[in-house]
Amino acid sequence: MTTVAAVLVLAGALLAFLGSLGLLRMKTFFERVHPPTMGSTLGTVLVLAGSLLYFTTAESRLVLHEILIAVFVTVTTPVTYLLLGRAALRRSEERQD
Amino acid sequence: MSADFVLLALAAAQLLLALAMAFAFCRLLRGPRAHDRVLALDTLYVNAMLLILSFGIVWASRDFFEVALVIGALGFVSTAAAAKFLLRGEVIE
Repeated sequence: MTTVAAVLVLAGALLAFLGSLGLLRMKTFFERVHPPTMGSTLGTVLVLAGSLLYFTTAESRLVLHEILIAVFVTVTTPVTYLLLGRAALRRSEERQD
Repeated sequence: MSADFVLLALAAAQLLLALAMAFAFCRLLRGPRAHDRVLALDTLYVNAMLLILSFGIVWASRDFFEVALVIGALGFVSTAAAAKFLLRGEVIE
């Protein structure tokens, strides 16, 4: 069971890594917004699932605290990116004038 | 055998997350404009949260969970405040 948890954490870390690589490599801001969301949605969920599985096995009781972070991150990430995208849109319009 | 694999996989995951933080920090330094830097800061926060969660698994300690929760909350607040500032020029109207 801990092996499954470790594989889940590794997969989540790989997604976060690829997201940051995309953030570094993409050319324009509106392309760069997309890759990090890979790490902050599926990457976070996978790492949290691994952590949940590990502590549930290690303490041999149901440990569900991690769902709190998962819900919080899932709710807040779109809000911040919406605000940021709107700000970037307005700022790039202002610069063209 | 299995414990070795678990430790190796967790070490690899931590290495990947540290590299991800380095890439985000690189974008934070390079980012041509302010909204690029805010995006990089948000990515840095998420990666740091994941790294601390993996430290919690390696050291088998529940205390790291609360640290990760606080980092997630502060990351949301700081990014939202910075984006609001870029949008309006002030945080609270």
